Amino acid sequence: MAEDAEAGIAPAPTPMQLLADAVAALPGVTAVSWQQDELVAHAGRDGLVALMTVLRDDPRFLFEQMMELAGVDWPERAERFDVIYCLLSVSHNHRLQVAVTTDEATPVPSVHGVWPVATWWEREAYDLFGITFADQPDLRRILTDYGFEGHPLRKDFPLTGYLEVRYDETRQQVIYEPVKLVQDFRNFDFLSPWEAMTSLPGDEKAHKGSAT
Amino acid sequence: MTDAPTDAAPLKQVQIDTHSLNFGPQHPAAHGVLRLILEMDGELVERADPHIGLLHRGTEKLIEYKSYIQAVPYFDRLDYVSPMTQEHAFALATEKLLGIVVPERAKWIRTLFSEITRVLNHLLNLTTYGLDVGAITPALWGFEEREKLMEFHEAASGARMHANYFRPGGVAKDLPAGLEEQIAAWADTFPKFIDDLEGLLTANRIWKQRTVDIGIFTAEQALAWGFSGPCLRASGVSWDLRRSQPYEMYDQLDFKVAVGRNGDCYDRYLVRVAEMRESVSMIKQCLAKMKPGPIKVQDNKITPPTRANMKRSMEALIHHFKLYTEGYHVPAGSTYSVVEAPKGEFGVYLVADGTNRPYRCKIRATGFAHLQAIETMAKRHMLADAVAIIGSLDVVFGEIDR
Repeated sequence: MAEDAEAGIAPAPTPMQLLADAVAALPGVTAVSWQQDELVAHAGRDGLVALMTVLRDDPRFLFEQMMELAGVDWPERAERFDVIYCLLSVSHNHRLQVAVTTDEATPVPSVHGVWPVATWWEREAYDLFGITFADQPDLRRILTDYGFEGHPLRKDFPLTGYLEVRYDETRQQVIYEPVKLVQDFRNFDFLSPWEAMTSLPGDEKAHKGSAT
Repeated sequence: MTDAPTDAAPLKQVQIDTHSLNFGPQHPAAHGVLRLILEMDGELVERADPHIGLLHRGTEKLIEYKSYIQAVPYFDRLDYVSPMTQEHAFALATEKLLGIVVPERAKWIRTLFSEITRVLNHLLNLTTYGLDVGAITPALWGFEEREKLMEFHEAASGARMHANYFRPGGVAKDLPAGLEEQIAAWADTFPKFIDDLEGLLTANRIWKQRTVDIGIFTAEQALAWGFSGPCLRASGVSWDLRRSQPYEMYDQLDFKVAVGRNGDCYDRYLVRVAEMRESVSMIKQCLAKMKPGPIKVQDNKITPPTRANMKRSMEALIHHFKLYTEGYHVPAGSTYSVVEAPKGEFGVYLVADGTNRPYRCKIRATGFAHLQAIETMAKRHMLADAVAIIGSLDVVFGEIDR
């Protein structure tokens, strides 16, 4: 590699690099980034279905399989949710993640028409995060209890939940009650000053001028 | 209706007499806690709506509140039939974000136990699948063989099922003396058991009547529905992550990928039987190629120091204390790491934010995609065939419900 650079010969692009260039040129893709060796395409919500159809059918991509849909909650952002689609091409043996952002109110176009498997992943994201999907005919809850309220994987949903269930001997039925904890849930802050604090007390002068 | 032209043939009225049937959640053939709402037309399944989530324990939420080491045991409890392969996906994801490479012996041990886990999983699936369609003997035989493999698990990790053995940075501890010889001795006798199992089922008339041409899924369908592992290969797609995207030591092993032709329940059975034979061969190759050496990263910021060292070295003691209270900080980033679990592609989408806890850990459960296809697969099949299809898909609800 180093000799190539000295001789002025650009190294041949790797297949992944070619894929990244091709994906970046697609309409609807706003940016392409790398997470270690994994390729992530950032896309807009509008035109998502058209983009996914191209990714599935274009002979350069052939992503026949959608392996995963993951929601991620970033409450401090304006559009708090990331929706990550993990695609796999069995023919070309490559993977791609497509990332879309949204908020509580704005639906993401459903891709169940492109990959039928998307229905349950979308139901799960709706159930656990409250992300809605437009044109998804079967947007029911899937993992939580019948009649559950709230979206448990949001960062503002408490780990302990709100309701607990038990069988009541006297009433001979299963009852729901507000959660009562004998001991409060302990959420330790393990961000020790050794590693997490970039500026220690008393070091202000040393770090003066640099943003902390 | 009254406006219809009079010269047209009178519309034929068909009475549709469907009725709903609640299958499970407490039914042995539901493989756990599957509740299936079936709409039946006589004996034929018209619609099947699986209700899942009865075993939902909020694993992903819990992991967000645990350090990376504390998160590992949750993976044993997902698919409790193949515990180690799931720890494996999480360990690979964490190692990728940490940017560490595990030592060679750790990789061999992981490959070895991945294959042992594969046999463990297929033994349970094939024999209970047999039980679902009326063959009792395979289950009795298979559970005895499983017990031998559980003992290997126990010898290596200390637990029969919930191993907590594959950890980020390597494996928990080295194999005890003599275990490799025991596994080698077992690997010599096991092919005989596979022959016996095949003698009971493969050419069995009843077994074939119940599984051949039942629940046929074409390659296109299987791809569209997100199938992976034996279910995808049974439909004729030659795709195996161990071959296509090798991890650990699979690129140094010689093995064949079993591929089916028809995509029916019988092919899914045959693919799993063939995979067990290949696994035994891979176990032998692992044992032959393993060399002594370190079994985890020699960085005490990530893996604990030895117990003996802690008695003498202050630094080791501090490392141990810090590791089991605070854990280690994983650099910010995200990864989707996958392994070829016995059921198919098991993946972990891990988002780290630079603290000692995962910011988000999405678990790709293999059976989640497989179970969804049951409506398409079981349509216009008899009720008893739906049971065979569930058995052939190899669903475990610890994994699907998470």
